[in-house]
Amino acid sequence: MKRLKYIFQRVFMMFITLFILVTILFFIFRVIPGDPVSMFIDSGMDAEGKAKLMELYGLDKPLGEQYVIYLKNLVKGDLGRSFTYSKPVVEVIGERFVNTLVLTLTAMIIAYSIGITVGSYLAWKRNTKIDVIGTMVAITVRCAPIFWTGMILLGIFSYKLGWLPLGGITSPGQQFSGYFDKFFNLDFLRHLILPAITSALYSSATPTLLMRSSMLEVIKEDYIELAYAKGLSEKRVRNKHAIRTALLPVVTILAIQAGFAIGGSVLVETVFRWPGMGREIVLAVGSRDYPMAQGVFLLIGIMISVFNLLADILYSYLDPRVTLN
Amino acid sequence: MKKTLKILKNNKAGTVGLVIFITFVFIAIFANQIATYDPMEIQYSDKYEVKRLQSPSKEHLLGTTWMGRDVFSQMVIGSRIAVLVGVISAICVAFIGTNIGLIAGYYGGIVDKILMRIVDIMYGLPFLPFALILVAVLGPGIRNIILAIVIITWRNSSRVIRSQTLSLKNRTFVEAAKLTGASNLRILYKSIAPNVLPTSLVYVSTTMASAIMTESSISFLGLGDPMQVSWGRILYACYSSQAMFKAWWWILPPGIAITLLVMSGYMMGRVFEEIANPRLKER
Repeated sequence: MKRLKYIFQRVFMMFITLFILVTILFFIFRVIPGDPVSMFIDSGMDAEGKAKLMELYGLDKPLGEQYVIYLKNLVKGDLGRSFTYSKPVVEVIGERFVNTLVLTLTAMIIAYSIGITVGSYLAWKRNTKIDVIGTMVAITVRCAPIFWTGMILLGIFSYKLGWLPLGGITSPGQQFSGYFDKFFNLDFLRHLILPAITSALYSSATPTLLMRSSMLEVIKEDYIELAYAKGLSEKRVRNKHAIRTALLPVVTILAIQAGFAIGGSVLVETVFRWPGMGREIVLAVGSRDYPMAQGVFLLIGIMISVFNLLADILYSYLDPRVTLN
Repeated sequence: MKKTLKILKNNKAGTVGLVIFITFVFIAIFANQIATYDPMEIQYSDKYEVKRLQSPSKEHLLGTTWMGRDVFSQMVIGSRIAVLVGVISAICVAFIGTNIGLIAGYYGGIVDKILMRIVDIMYGLPFLPFALILVAVLGPGIRNIILAIVIITWRNSSRVIRSQTLSLKNRTFVEAAKLTGASNLRILYKSIAPNVLPTSLVYVSTTMASAIMTESSISFLGLGDPMQVSWGRILYACYSSQAMFKAWWWILPPGIAITLLVMSGYMMGRVFEEIANPRLKER
């Protein structure tokens, strides 16, 4: 019951946060000097045509009224019309959203597989050369700019070796009958590999280092001694007893990191021309298409909030010491 | 001070970080003397042809770009932006974050509630997309990039400083100061603040690292100052010319420099962490 109340409170807070994000963003875009129409429509248009367009996008009304209309539409799930695509933002965003989600989740799975395996191995080999080198590699990868790592991988595997495509999500000229068709074929996989690995490498440092220190804590516990005393082999103690307990803190940070990775997808998606939300926000900002930028930003904000919420709830289940207020 | 030196002596990573950082600061200060050419100048050969994508030579230590510009000079001049953005953002963020944490923790009640709610909301902001939008709206340039970084990152330190202040304000030395009739401000800044200083120094160095990363990311996305050379901008030029795969001397140096400088920030953070929390020994 107490937990239910806690979750309810967190969801309530999440909505307030999102409401404030939407408000901040709405006004940020409208303080730009100059009217938005002149930004995206060629200057040859006459005054009448311009006025018509302003009316179509609702830009002729006072700011306060625009804001109220925007909020009303938002509740109905209408994010406005994109200037560049001349389509409702929702229509464009849907596909971008799925593309980003597929990339991020793939990257997270790879990152955590690497992190858990390498991290527990390094802890087991603590204070040896392998441990020192491994830790240093993890820190270096974490400090290297993700777009630079991406460019280098692209240079090696696509340009020099020619094994993988130079970017994008599908080869030109392909038609798909549905999502299943689109995501479960070799061509898509070949496009996915490099961006996913780039993103995974960058994200793998956190679980690696966390798993390592978590393992080091666990190894000191009494029940590990006991497991040895029972005559279990070292491998069995590590895999059956130590890793399981050490996983807890690593798993709880997964959700937070996934949210963070979605925000960071801006860079990876730009390097690999991956048509996701991150690249869309860069394009939208570049072309001053603010209904689009606002929509994508809101969606990224929602995803981060949801992931943070999941992390909190998960944590309250896993660690009974967390006070629920 | 003596203690600090001793910690530095035992903390190899911290010393290495400090050395790397000081080296870059040195390069940034004397950039004009070290750079061999004007970084934006297009270099011509004797036959008046643009020196496109030349590999490193005695004349051009790190070769030339697609536009025929000297990479070494660009790297040297670019260090100024990195160091400047890193240091200024770090100081601003630590100053704002520490003060908000101190005030929230010390005064408590409604002040604390409001400030911490604002921090909660800030945590819901997607960092890079927000910085990107802010810079695009305010206009590309270093000043606005620093502003965007500061507006978002102060949230990180304020929470930790707040909880430290909470535990400090009930300690006897603070009680004693209260009994002598010291004003709130005096207690806050004379008694409590010096004790949270090492922790805010941890945030100075880690913020420096993340600020440098953010600046190069935003510049890479094409929103840097078009009139100034920065490492992120070199990579942006390299990426958009599509010649990057042919010129390792163009793509490698900026990335390596960013990695080193960012790493030095985290390494120096380890030293302050040890000063702030002496029980925390290097594992």
